[in-house]
Amino acid sequence: MTRDIENIQTAWQASEALRSGRISARDLTRASLERIAALEPSLSAFLALTEEIAMEAAARFDANPAAFPDPLAGVPAAVKDNMCLKGVPCTCASRILEGWEPPYNATAVQRILDRGGVICGKTNLDEFAMGSSTENSAFKVTRNPWNTSTVPGGSSGGSAAAVAAGQVFYALGSDTGGSIRQPASFCGIVGVKPTYGRVSRYGLVAYASSLDQIGPLTRDVRDAALVLNLICGHDPLDSTSYPGESPDFTQALRRDVQGLTVGLPQEFFAQGVRDDVAQAVRDGARVLEKAGAKVRDISMPNVGYALPVYYIIAPAEASSNLARYDGVRYGHRSCAASDHVDMFMRSRAEGFGAEVKQRIMIGTYALSAGYYDAYYLKAQQVRTLLRRDFDRAFQECDVLLTPTSPTPAFAVGERADDPFQMKLADVCTIPVNLAGIPALSLPCGLVDGLPVGMQIMARPFDEETMLRAAYTFEQATEFHRLRPAI
Amino acid sequence: MKLTLEEVSNVAFLARLALPEEELRRLAGHLNQIIEHFAALQELDTTDVEPTERVLPMVNVYREDVALPGLDREDVLRCAPRSNGEAFLVPRVVDTADGKDGGQ
Repeated sequence: MTRDIENIQTAWQASEALRSGRISARDLTRASLERIAALEPSLSAFLALTEEIAMEAAARFDANPAAFPDPLAGVPAAVKDNMCLKGVPCTCASRILEGWEPPYNATAVQRILDRGGVICGKTNLDEFAMGSSTENSAFKVTRNPWNTSTVPGGSSGGSAAAVAAGQVFYALGSDTGGSIRQPASFCGIVGVKPTYGRVSRYGLVAYASSLDQIGPLTRDVRDAALVLNLICGHDPLDSTSYPGESPDFTQALRRDVQGLTVGLPQEFFAQGVRDDVAQAVRDGARVLEKAGAKVRDISMPNVGYALPVYYIIAPAEASSNLARYDGVRYGHRSCAASDHVDMFMRSRAEGFGAEVKQRIMIGTYALSAGYYDAYYLKAQQVRTLLRRDFDRAFQECDVLLTPTSPTPAFAVGERADDPFQMKLADVCTIPVNLAGIPALSLPCGLVDGLPVGMQIMARPFDEETMLRAAYTFEQATEFHRLRPAI
Repeated sequence: MKLTLEEVSNVAFLARLALPEEELRRLAGHLNQIIEHFAALQELDTTDVEPTERVLPMVNVYREDVALPGLDREDVLRCAPRSNGEAFLVPRVVDTADGKDGGQ
């Protein structure tokens, strides 16, 4: 039995084992909980464990597997701790929400529960998803399972580390500027940011509402398609949710890129991208070329402006979204306050961490009287220019291929005091959120013993072509079978 | 253009953050650094360029005007820093007749 479980590497393999009756969901869940317990001292991937919820869901599945036809039913999973799971603390890795137990489920979480999914815990993140290393959590620093002296990336670093280390078979993350794809890249797994609007954000704690999107972190492309099937779809509770039908994403898993044109935007290979990282991605393009795709170099002249645009728009929206933490309805309230304004000001100063305060300050400044046109409006206009670059690129190309991050995982502490270096880790992923398009990161090599991620972008709502290119690459290579030694 | 300590202090008030002067000084340095990076955008001519407010062409999403169940009051109030079982309690917003603040 134990060896059976150890041989299961992916969610779809777990599903096959469950359906054949070789293992029970309870045994599978117990094994996940044991692996979490064994590895937490070295990884610190979780902020809360939900054994009871997990074991109950597993028992329900075992009692009647036929009642849960979804392939991910009975399969252990985790969710980032900025999504609401009713009755379980949701902290966003912030002191300001410490102890808050949401009175409802996020829609993405509800979909997992409704279809018999097994949620084992809530994963660590940078406070309010603001950061690129999961060092910026009020509670713990998550470590990369490939080398525990390096960061797992962020902000969904807990989810990425948990999946890479085999603590769970899949996890949900959220991606505002790269927070799913960049940690997936650092941890050698697959991460998807779906098209803006694909997944309901109801119950996802808002950071920057024109950019935020929920998506999967998995061990291979097939698992990513299965999780997308589980979480995508219209939700009346999120007015930005796309009202159209979602396809069956597993239909896109074909080893075939004949007739596809793959673009390599040269600007994504500059911007401080390490030579060995750029080479690994160019080698990846060659794999797709051999499989029948046309590969061409293209130019996207406005990509270099994405970072300043993002660092105006994201903090501006954050300063508005985070205004709700005032100590009135939930979360931390200062006990030193003299009146209500003083209560807001002290509660917020005591509850938020330094990085969150900084971003609120930047955003408040950018939106304040006299500066709105120069910063926020200008950033929104340049965002339009950037979108036009993507429109032009997708007139000639079906997918775009770039590095996910300029470097592999960096050392814990290395960039903590250098905010600009930290932000450079997201330079290749940010343009995708600004354009609202889907993108996926998957492993395409190792440098210095650490995984390198390749990013595949596609047209809005064309996740299928993105998955098809990713699956073709993955099945032609062995990188997705590499596992950390932890 | 450099932000002065006074301007940063005003932004902190707008953001409802009670920050000690030491932290305001640190933030002033940080903000000025970030603003320098923003300057790059001024290189671009954006005359007549429409701003992107949202990437989906969706406005005014309506639903049928039908009452749906809301959250349970007890569940919601359980998480409040202070409540009386019916409402959130906050420091008094309006001064009492004798001038005393009756809050907390």
